[in-house]
Amino acid sequence: MSDTIHITINGIPVEVNENTVILDAAKKVNVVIPTLCYHPDICVAGNCRVCMVEISGQKRLTAACATPCEEGMDILTNSLKVRNCRKHIIELLLSEHNSDCTKCYKNGKCELQKLASDYKIMTQDFIELYREKKYTLDNFSPSIVKDDSKCIRCQRCVRTCEELQGVNALSVAYKGHEMKISTFYEKSMNDVVCTNCGQCVNHCPTGALVEKNYIEEVWGAISDPELHVVVQTAPAVRVGLGEEMGYPVGNRVTGKMVCALKRLGFDAVLDTDFAADLTIVEEGTELLERLRKAIVDKDPHVALPMATSCSPGWIKYIEHMYPEYLKNLSTCKSPQQMFGALVKTYYAKARNIDPKNIVSVSIMPCTAKKFEAARPEMHGSGYRDVDYVLTTRELAIMIKQAGIDFVQLEEMDFDRLMGESTGAGVIFGATGGVMEAALRTVYEIVTGREIPFKNLVVQPIRGMEGVRMTTIKIENTLEEWKFLEGVELKCAVAHGLTNAKKAMDLVKAGTADFHFLEVMACPGGCIGGGGQPIPTNAEIRKKRVAAIYAEDLGKPIRKSHENPEVIKIYNDFLGKPLGELSHKLLHTTYQTRERT
Amino acid sequence: MIEQHLLLKRVDFIFVHDTDWEKILQKSIHRPKQELINELISSELKGRGGAGFPTGLKWKLTSEANGSEKYVICNADEGEPGTFKDREILTRVPYKVLTAMAICGFIIGSNNGIIYLRGEYKYLENPLNEVINEFSYFCKKINLDFTIKIFMGSGAYICGEETAMFESLEGKRGEPRNKPPFPSVSGFRNKPTVINNVETLAHTYTIFKYGAKKFYDLGVQYSRGSKVFSISGDTPKPGIYELELGMSLQDFVDEFGDGDTKAVQVGGASGFLVPRKKFKETVIGYQGKLVGISLPTGGSMMLFNSSRSMYNLLDNYLEFFREESCGQCTPCRIGCQQLLAGIKAVKKGERPAPYLEKLLKLSETMQYTAKCGLGQSVANSFASIVENFREEMIY
Amino acid sequence: MELHKRIVELADLHGRTRESLLPILQGVVECENYLSKRSMTEISKELDLPAAEVYGTATFYSFLEFRKMGKFTIRVCKTISCSMKGKNQILLAIEDMLKIEIGQSTPDGRFSLVETNCLGWCHKAPAMVINHEVFTELTPEKVREILGVYLKKEI
Repeated sequence: MSDTIHITINGIPVEVNENTVILDAAKKVNVVIPTLCYHPDICVAGNCRVCMVEISGQKRLTAACATPCEEGMDILTNSLKVRNCRKHIIELLLSEHNSDCTKCYKNGKCELQKLASDYKIMTQDFIELYREKKYTLDNFSPSIVKDDSKCIRCQRCVRTCEELQGVNALSVAYKGHEMKISTFYEKSMNDVVCTNCGQCVNHCPTGALVEKNYIEEVWGAISDPELHVVVQTAPAVRVGLGEEMGYPVGNRVTGKMVCALKRLGFDAVLDTDFAADLTIVEEGTELLERLRKAIVDKDPHVALPMATSCSPGWIKYIEHMYPEYLKNLSTCKSPQQMFGALVKTYYAKARNIDPKNIVSVSIMPCTAKKFEAARPEMHGSGYRDVDYVLTTRELAIMIKQAGIDFVQLEEMDFDRLMGESTGAGVIFGATGGVMEAALRTVYEIVTGREIPFKNLVVQPIRGMEGVRMTTIKIENTLEEWKFLEGVELKCAVAHGLTNAKKAMDLVKAGTADFHFLEVMACPGGCIGGGGQPIPTNAEIRKKRVAAIYAEDLGKPIRKSHENPEVIKIYNDFLGKPLGELSHKLLHTTYQTRERT
Repeated sequence: MIEQHLLLKRVDFIFVHDTDWEKILQKSIHRPKQELINELISSELKGRGGAGFPTGLKWKLTSEANGSEKYVICNADEGEPGTFKDREILTRVPYKVLTAMAICGFIIGSNNGIIYLRGEYKYLENPLNEVINEFSYFCKKINLDFTIKIFMGSGAYICGEETAMFESLEGKRGEPRNKPPFPSVSGFRNKPTVINNVETLAHTYTIFKYGAKKFYDLGVQYSRGSKVFSISGDTPKPGIYELELGMSLQDFVDEFGDGDTKAVQVGGASGFLVPRKKFKETVIGYQGKLVGISLPTGGSMMLFNSSRSMYNLLDNYLEFFREESCGQCTPCRIGCQQLLAGIKAVKKGERPAPYLEKLLKLSETMQYTAKCGLGQSVANSFASIVENFREEMIY
Repeated sequence: MELHKRIVELADLHGRTRESLLPILQGVVECENYLSKRSMTEISKELDLPAAEVYGTATFYSFLEFRKMGKFTIRVCKTISCSMKGKNQILLAIEDMLKIEIGQSTPDGRFSLVETNCLGWCHKAPAMVINHEVFTELTPEKVREILGVYLKKEI
């Protein structure tokens, strides 16, 4: 129980709990103190010095984000001293910054730009240090562009990569005027342990870290009459896109999104969720096969626990950090890649289009998907399975460029053949979703009954805790699955790579007692992905997850194996799960990578 | 009440032999802890590294802090330009420092001492380790559980800042932390820590040996005791001198100047440049309502005669800070660059002279907003040099 | 001694925690004269620390060099007291004798020359250190003498 203390802010008395920092205390009296290096997802740094406030009686100012309130403090957030100093701080940052805003990808969405605008910094009296310095531009990664000339050295990216993701691809190097954000030996992000998860992009206040965008390339494809451009949309996009269009957080804009995509000129608007359902059938079968090998054949080489493989950030992570456990990964491709491979084979055949004229585009909440699409082995169709990946943010840019008044659009449905999805497919977007979808199908395959949870909501697997475990008891199985009678299927879910590490360390130590592990690289799952609208925080991610679950409940079909288009594709094309064609198109391999 | 400044008085406490250290150590650890703390408090000893925090209070707060894991750290990262006294103390009377650390450990409840020795003093590592071995042997003999280790620095001035030192000791970049929390509650490994300058520790030895009064009787109000000064520059008597606090700068210059002293840099690059016309009214001591200006200092005193360019001085200091800043906070990282680029531009005529006023305001902002003492102190030399030698900045 | 072995030896001596990082980095610089990419990779593996962290920490400290340095690194103090007592003449003397400039190393790998900040010998300025040995009250003549001794040393 902490004590209540009394302070004043700008003359207004307010009571706060002991240890509340000034920044939070100010919110109680509706004062928003500007910040740059502060972010609710990560620890306090206190280095930008934008949030400085005056405490009566003290000559020096103090950082609001890092200073706890004390009894009797008399705080001034807008005194002349504060304003003069704040202006100086902003001017200093601008003097070291590439302020050519009109040419910047973050124009209109940059926190430094907003500060400069709020404080009306209309002259630059200081010397433009930016002109004298040598800055690096790293655009070798397929996912992320790092531009040092726009970096304000707030270290948000470093803290995110370290604390939130535990990847540590970025660090602070050198000191003094040479201090900068760097990778190991200043290598390109593409050549180090970076998983492309894009959390750094989500947390960067300026244009120093942005996604590599393919907007012009996609416009080019759409405008080319020879090309048939197919687009797939991930589940998380439909609950995030609204934020870019002025909707409050947590709004589902599925119908309008489909309409907008049609208006942009895509020839077919299809749903990644279809492939998610497909993934469940393949992966569920794969899991049951491994369990059979372990329990019936007593094969000592069976790799259990089996881990999901739809998060490319997670895949790159395990390739770098736990390469000896690659065999534990499901060999299933991610829904995006399965979809891509099928577009240029199954879909092309059905629509009678030459696959070499098909351009396969995906809209993803993810930056790592750009890396995934470019992985050399992803050409199972005989062509590049996915040609371009656009983030939710890039889609929003294209919609605005096309002059589409999003809010006024009518609701439309996905096109057919690969556009039907179930509630199980939708929940892929949330942490625990893949696991829950898999359980809905696997349980029914094995027992012939629906999984015994009200509304098929497997509540124990939901939530925001970093690592969650649940046990599902298998009873009264069908004859074929007798070997699973009485088995307690243990399932684990981890989101955010620091939690993936926790789970994998258990596996490494031999103390992991779970059979099936779902890992999402991003906090909250895909809804918190590196390509989603900025800002992000725990509150926002919770609302997006709630929207995903609402979308699930609203679906007529809730289990992947009941998706009629999935049933059709097996009948007409693939044959059976884990069949020969499935192996060729829907499964993949992994590689060992260095730890640096 | 106005106190007269004192005439320059040479004192000999610090460099007097330390051969009685075994006796002093044994005597002290058999005294009640509260008595030792009170002795330090009543001596009014203040930190001799430059920051001047009351030592007795520091030891008191740390002894009262919760936790059984506590540390005593000797800050031997002497890097302030013009300071070289700690090196001498560690060379000539190291046992005083070790004894003081052990007594501190006894008082606060710590059995872990670390000496952070700057990389530039690597040649001292072996001799100091030998001394530590002998010291440890004695401690074992008298059943005093206190180990001392040396941690070598690697060339980073900012590590002399207390929280940056903790970071460095923990194997990280020497980036200062946010305060609060303060070291007495959360320091090395986030545990209660006493961190003291080498000289400060040596003074506590004097106090424990002779009692508080002998120390207190020297100096003036708010600035009790003696201080070791590192004197260099245009002086016929460069070297290390222990002097009573409270002297006027005029008396100092009369003693140590070469007859043509134009200015004195008090406290290194982080300190103040005092021009000749202010020698009489400037007193060397900690804050307080003394006659004229009082200036705290880590003891670095650099004298400059009329042949010296004050512009070169400022250029040299700003280059120093621009390089040695840890770089994490905006006002210091960019401010130091702006100040240096600014004075160069004014000198070259690329900026008009009034630009100096904008720079002075910037240095003030740095003073108010920088995260640690480095950024906060740049204004000291910047303002004192620019204001007193404006012409030399322009022409 | 082979690099990997050396690092294991240093880790055995100093430990394998984050706190062991600086002493180990110093130890590697001591024998290799600089930190190579390989040594950083080996250290990060041995201590199970992220490579970028090791790099970021090492680049903070001026004495942990990343360029290949000579066997004897000459560091001449450039801070105010030494600066006004003739450090430029000292630099000229060194540059003249060794035919290298600041930031360079002699082709035979014997010497490197850098400037450094206050060494703590201001009353005996100008000063320099060669590796860890301190030389003060320098004159161009004295410098030539000192370097002469180093030229005869085995490398």
